[in-house]
Amino acid sequence: MATLQLREAIRAAMTEEMERDENVFLMGEEVAEYNGAYKVSQGMLDQFGPDRVIDTPIAELGFAGLGIGAAMSGLRPIIEFMTFNFSYVAFDQVVNNAPNMRYMSGGQFGCPIVFRGPNGAAGQLGATHSNSTEALYSNFPGLKVIAPSNPDDAKGLLKSAIRDDDPVVFLESEQMYGLKGEVSDESDYLLPIGKARIAREGDDVTIVAHSKSYHVTMKAAEELEKEGFSAEIIDPRTIKPLDIETIIRSVMKTNRLVVVDESSPFSSVASEVTHQVQERAFDHLDAPVLRVTPPDTPAPYAPNLMDRYMPSVEEIVRASKRVMYAAA
Amino acid sequence: MAIEIEMPKLTDTMEDGVLSAWLVDEGDEVSAGDVIAQVETDKATMDVEAFDDGVLLKKMIDEGDSVPIGQLIAVLGEEGEDISDLVAGGDGAAEAEASATAEDDTSTTASDATETSDASESAAPAGDGQVRDREPEPVPAGTDEEGRRIKASPLARRLAKEHSIDLATMDGSGPEGRIVRRDVEARIEEGEAAPAEPETAPAPQPSTEPAFEMPTSVVDEAGELYESENISQMRKTISRRLAQSKYTAPHFYLTVDVDMANAVEARKKLNALTEKQDGPKISFNDFITKSCALALRQHPYVNASYLAKDGEIRKYNQVHVGVAVAIDEGLITPVIRNADRKGLAQISKETRELAGRARNRELQPEEFEGSTFTTSNLGMFGIEEFTAIINPPNAAILAIGEIRDEPVVEDGEVVPGKRMKITLSCDHRVVDGAVGAQFLQDVKRYLEDPMNMLL
Repeated sequence: MATLQLREAIRAAMTEEMERDENVFLMGEEVAEYNGAYKVSQGMLDQFGPDRVIDTPIAELGFAGLGIGAAMSGLRPIIEFMTFNFSYVAFDQVVNNAPNMRYMSGGQFGCPIVFRGPNGAAGQLGATHSNSTEALYSNFPGLKVIAPSNPDDAKGLLKSAIRDDDPVVFLESEQMYGLKGEVSDESDYLLPIGKARIAREGDDVTIVAHSKSYHVTMKAAEELEKEGFSAEIIDPRTIKPLDIETIIRSVMKTNRLVVVDESSPFSSVASEVTHQVQERAFDHLDAPVLRVTPPDTPAPYAPNLMDRYMPSVEEIVRASKRVMYAAA
Repeated sequence: MAIEIEMPKLTDTMEDGVLSAWLVDEGDEVSAGDVIAQVETDKATMDVEAFDDGVLLKKMIDEGDSVPIGQLIAVLGEEGEDISDLVAGGDGAAEAEASATAEDDTSTTASDATETSDASESAAPAGDGQVRDREPEPVPAGTDEEGRRIKASPLARRLAKEHSIDLATMDGSGPEGRIVRRDVEARIEEGEAAPAEPETAPAPQPSTEPAFEMPTSVVDEAGELYESENISQMRKTISRRLAQSKYTAPHFYLTVDVDMANAVEARKKLNALTEKQDGPKISFNDFITKSCALALRQHPYVNASYLAKDGEIRKYNQVHVGVAVAIDEGLITPVIRNADRKGLAQISKETRELAGRARNRELQPEEFEGSTFTTSNLGMFGIEEFTAIINPPNAAILAIGEIRDEPVVEDGEVVPGKRMKITLSCDHRVVDGAVGAQFLQDVKRYLEDPMNMLL
């Protein structure tokens, strides 16, 4: 086991896959000469040269489309968006061309591509640079969506994503790039896409949380523990395909569910989890499922408002107590 | 040049359209793209556009008329153009006659339509009322005596039901008095703590579910009262197909007692031969398969299907005999194809092979589909005779009993005999009594003198 930052784990995954398969290449803004806007691709230009670590102009629609063409022609591109806010410029390519190509061509063309980069709010960046895209991209058949919460999961899942024969949206976090964690040394460390992780076992309430929210939720669980409540925390890791079985099993045990999600609430990941749970475990629920999400507003800039905007430990504790019918 | 406007296909599934409104009158000028009429399809009311410029010379149908796709509904052309050809021809004399008296027809049809719709409107509430009168007032679950909804979490409801606790007798501790898990659990604990309550002999409750009384037991208090298992796909298929068969095919049954003495002898000799050749043993069932196959050749109505949907009786030119095989999950009928053209050794080999694979659930659909007749043998279980349900779309099925040692009278003397009862279930829609009986006679003839099979 080595202790790596999230950015190093992601770099290790890309480097290993590029060493293993010459068809894999990295393309995006500032990924080469500048070593990556967040230093994720540091040193990769030196190792692989300019044919495989490619700086692009500021033209997301163009280089996303270039990547899709390359993928259809047999390569395995990794397209880095400097942040997923900018993926909106490439929307048609990501949501319309990449996921539909296999279907529309009757299986003649696959599209083994990974779109990766930081996702979600990262402090005082304003409304246009604080988008959480996981719910959005999960809405398109044919796209897989991964949002890991730690370096080990990031490495294992990114390697699986690169080897996947279909398009994958791989969501990282600016605020987590420096997060350190133990990462498996296995040379071929692959984690299956679509498997959730029970991050913490408990009996009183199930809390589902991914990516950055997972860390907030773990703190909330500690607070709940102090008051005598044991929370079970499930990190879905992959948003789509969602490992609903693991969540259902947990809800059948605890009878209560809170879902934490940085997506805006309407049609969020939390909405989907809630829907599937009420459909499949209705008779096991002792309380309505509650969500902790940002409000349905643009992300604010002021730091005090931003604190209120993001899911917080207090909110998660409050929601958990409500579903347990415990005095607040 | 006059242009015919036909009832357009406005949805994929549309077969007829009702012309709900004409939006232009005869003599009006229309341009390509104008909406000239509205048509009610199976899905929605949709606009009919003109594809050409011109004058609407003639409406061929009236508002409210329903016509199939492609039928002429209007004629477009130049003012004063002669369209008598179009109006008279094309859709037949009746059409022409109708249009000749179009003026009168319009009024009658219109008033007819009004009457009809009036009638149906006034009929609707009455009919609805009748239905409602007959239906008992629904008793909503989870309400108190006054019919107010009791607030309880789904889990609390489930727990209460499992422990036969009446939610109406409880207070809830959740928001707005919602009954939650801890309330029901507290009640369960109370119940267990109070031994005075005669839990072992529950008083018969006024049942809210009158349909069935589930079996209960006062003796075995600890154990479960029943075991549940999911209905397998195979059981569902058996249920569906056999119920369909019994509901739609009027069954009648013919039983005949067959002298099997010669067959027993023949089988002994044949098996002595096959043993030498390392071939498969011939079973009585193989004799029956072969006999049926040969008899089916001579009785095409038994080797047939009554296909109501297609409006035909299909007499098959090939003879494919299905042999019912019991397996763990249910039963399946592998098919011996062209059994009339196969020898006993071949039939034996195929039957064994297919039955073996059936038991391992390895059969491919083409190996158990397409039978034209089926046999079912329960002789090995000592069943003397039984009646089988026809395996649709077959016209008949033969149920085979055991071979019995029986005293029989031969030339005025009682001697030991071998007898076997076979029962033919026939679908009366295609096999009449005499037809079924003649078929059975032939099967019997083959079995009683197996040498016949060689001819």
